[in-house]
Amino acid sequence: MRFEHSATFNPIDQLKVIGHPTSRIEGPLKTTGTAPYAYERHDVVANQAYGYVVGAAIGKGRIAAIDLDAAKAAPGVLTIVTADSAGKLGKGARNAAPLLGGPEIAHYHQAVAVVVAGTFEQARAAAQLVRIDYVKGDGKFDLAAERDSVSIPDPTIGGPADTAVGDFASAFVAAPVQLDATYTTPDQGHAMMEPHASIAAWDGDKLTIWTSNQMIAWGAEDMAKTLGIPKENVRLVSPHIGGGFGGKLFLRADVLLAALGARAAGRPVKVALQRPLMFNNTTHRPATIQRIRIGAERDGRITAIGHESWSGNVSEGEPDMAVSQTRLLYAGANRMTATRLATLDLPEGNAMRAPGEASGMMALEIAIDELVDKLGIDPVALRIANDTQVDPEHPKRRFSQRQLVQCLNEGAARFGWSKRNAKPGQVRDGRWLVGMGVAAAFRNNLVTKSAARVRLDQQGRVTVETDMTDIGTGSYTIIAQTAAEMMGVPLEKVGVRLGDSDFPVSCGSGGQWGGNNSTAGVYAACTKLRETIAQKLGFNSEEAVFADGAVRSGNRSVPLAHAAGAGDLVAEDAIEYGDLAKTYQQSTFGAHFVEVGVDADTAEIRVRRMLAVCAAGRILNPKAARSQVIGAMTMGVGAALMEDLVVDKRHGLFVNHDLAGYEVPVHADIPHQDMIFLDETDPISSPMKAKGVAELGICGVAAAVANAVHNATGVRVREYPITLDKLLEWLDVD
Amino acid sequence: MAKVSFDVNGETHQFELDTRTTLLDALREHLHLTGTKKGCDHGQCGACTVIVDGRRINSCLTLAVMHQGDEITTIEGLGTPDALHPLQAAFVEHDGYQCGYCTPGQICSAVAVLAEVKAGIPSHVTTDLNAPVRLTNAELRERMSGNICRCGAYSNIAEAISAVAGRSA
Repeated sequence: MRFEHSATFNPIDQLKVIGHPTSRIEGPLKTTGTAPYAYERHDVVANQAYGYVVGAAIGKGRIAAIDLDAAKAAPGVLTIVTADSAGKLGKGARNAAPLLGGPEIAHYHQAVAVVVAGTFEQARAAAQLVRIDYVKGDGKFDLAAERDSVSIPDPTIGGPADTAVGDFASAFVAAPVQLDATYTTPDQGHAMMEPHASIAAWDGDKLTIWTSNQMIAWGAEDMAKTLGIPKENVRLVSPHIGGGFGGKLFLRADVLLAALGARAAGRPVKVALQRPLMFNNTTHRPATIQRIRIGAERDGRITAIGHESWSGNVSEGEPDMAVSQTRLLYAGANRMTATRLATLDLPEGNAMRAPGEASGMMALEIAIDELVDKLGIDPVALRIANDTQVDPEHPKRRFSQRQLVQCLNEGAARFGWSKRNAKPGQVRDGRWLVGMGVAAAFRNNLVTKSAARVRLDQQGRVTVETDMTDIGTGSYTIIAQTAAEMMGVPLEKVGVRLGDSDFPVSCGSGGQWGGNNSTAGVYAACTKLRETIAQKLGFNSEEAVFADGAVRSGNRSVPLAHAAGAGDLVAEDAIEYGDLAKTYQQSTFGAHFVEVGVDADTAEIRVRRMLAVCAAGRILNPKAARSQVIGAMTMGVGAALMEDLVVDKRHGLFVNHDLAGYEVPVHADIPHQDMIFLDETDPISSPMKAKGVAELGICGVAAAVANAVHNATGVRVREYPITLDKLLEWLDVD
Repeated sequence: MAKVSFDVNGETHQFELDTRTTLLDALREHLHLTGTKKGCDHGQCGACTVIVDGRRINSCLTLAVMHQGDEITTIEGLGTPDALHPLQAAFVEHDGYQCGYCTPGQICSAVAVLAEVKAGIPSHVTTDLNAPVRLTNAELRERMSGNICRCGAYSNIAEAISAVAGRSA
């Protein structure tokens, strides 16, 4: 199905099932521990052996010698695979650094060996006996030190390195009010709860991998490319994924090492990346240095806005596009952005929840707050004054929907923003200095092809199959709701099978594109199934009504169970998009409001209240969508206050590479969260009229926290995370 | 190798195990009770929380051979998809999870937290050690802080637990 024109009324608009806050259909499995994750598939293949990964102990250099004798002689060891014994390996199109290192080492904890043994304990013990002599090379590990020796990144990856509209330089100089500030964001880890894990089994030259991956088709394709085998010979299965956040978008070492280990051992092998290995072995959100310059009139209208960002990556890696939202969020005639990339020898940087906007909004939305200080205008009012309903770089190109102003106004009213004291450091609650902060939320809506297959059986059950994944996003449920709505059956009559490369290729889970596109693909397949059913029954498919488990036309009504007849009826289709995404700018919007308390003596920061108001197209399931946003708000608190992969600039590694050292929010850090969606449908985005929400929720949160801390204390911290040491020297300790 | 036997969810199991086997791996790899999750294997995340003789512990931080004769309750022992424990049902109703990987640990912890409060066991944030412990927002969040949820379902988890405890979050 081609989607080329604004959607008109369609069966989804009935909202009999779509739009309801249905509990997740897989909830009873997840809450009873019976939803199977990758490493747990004792049921799929017998005789599984255990692989344990050895990671490189240097950040840059090469292996001079590996001594495997002691490890091979250890009890239970079946095989050890290193780059020497792996055979010729290619590299996946989406991997920058090779997944199996040696002799060259690209980054710390790059996998250099997998030890396979009969039990986990044996494999782990033997892995400690692998002796490796390294020759350390000179690596570059310090982004700030490389700031002046950066390159201009290839515009085909991530977007243009430079953008310019009007005359930024002149307008900035001429502006009566100017802000020029630099902000830094640290490297951050996905830290999903389920480690990357895979079970690999060979049957002749066919390879099956039960894994944990957000993008099944990418994974299968890159696995085949890495092993140099036909794509048809690789099957990936990933029905449940214990979190991803971008960290499981790509083929990672667990998949490759399980496959290599299984081939060498001659039996199935399972591998989970050990938690302390994950932070340096896999990808992370790269650190940024961001300079923002804004020129404004005294009434608050922005006349010049410039955003420059520096980030680093391994060679062939991409920059963090932290400037992207600045091209679209606020009005202003004179604009520029610049993205620069340093080659670093740290682990590979790549997508993490809202790549680009998450880092960019951390900086931009503090900058707006700093402009507030210079202008003496309310932060909500200043943002509203600079709203634009068109793409500021292409004023004839409108936003499909843009309710930023409504989000800000609604949020301000609900949060009690009018009670905020604009002068910092004035509000006390016992030992707590109390402040409120606001930030806009912004994240683009991406549309991409997505396919599904739908089957109607003789019991009137509808089964959807697509390689779409559910990483906690609610895919199972919203896909079931979509099929139920389209086919006119209750939710209980719909089965959903996901995450298998034997199924039609979906959009996968990433970039907050999963919800809208995968359900639109199911919409397309259901539309085709409706036509198939109508034709079979001799109904005019335009007039056929699917409702209450039957299909009706005129005064004829046939139960769906009968329509299937002797065999199942199957339809497969994909949603494919025309150029509406070019004609219109499709984005999602929100406003974050945060109240913090800062201990007047210790500078400990506590988040006391949080509210997000979002406008993101039709909300297919308000319960699951709200969870996506509050989860993102939680990750935003982490970004604001604690998350920081600390770089050892001598040896080139992230020092705090486990869940004790890399702090993420826990229960005690997060208060009750309020979150509401504004009523919106966006017929430009898809027949579902939905957009993404999962990444919108994180964009701006950290800045709202930072702005609240400033309002509480008067201290402006521009280097994330905002830890108490950065406040303490400024506070009057009484 | 060593012999050990203990009860899991009311059933006695005899093992002959590598002495290095954690309780977590005994459950997951030997009994195939994979509801208990391995998130870090270092006692840092709480995904492996089980209840041993009425107390919640991180099953990755204890060796299986240390549990001779113990009574162990895992998530599978609390309820089934067709007969959910009240906390399991509350997690579904309040969407107290997303990816589901930390969920069994959260629920086992929550079951134990409610028992701890009932038994009057104080926590780090208990202000009056002589008064009965009340499950305040601070108490609930403090006691659950050993269970990380990276999806960030904390606000909903607090509501689910509170609903079962008969209070508002």
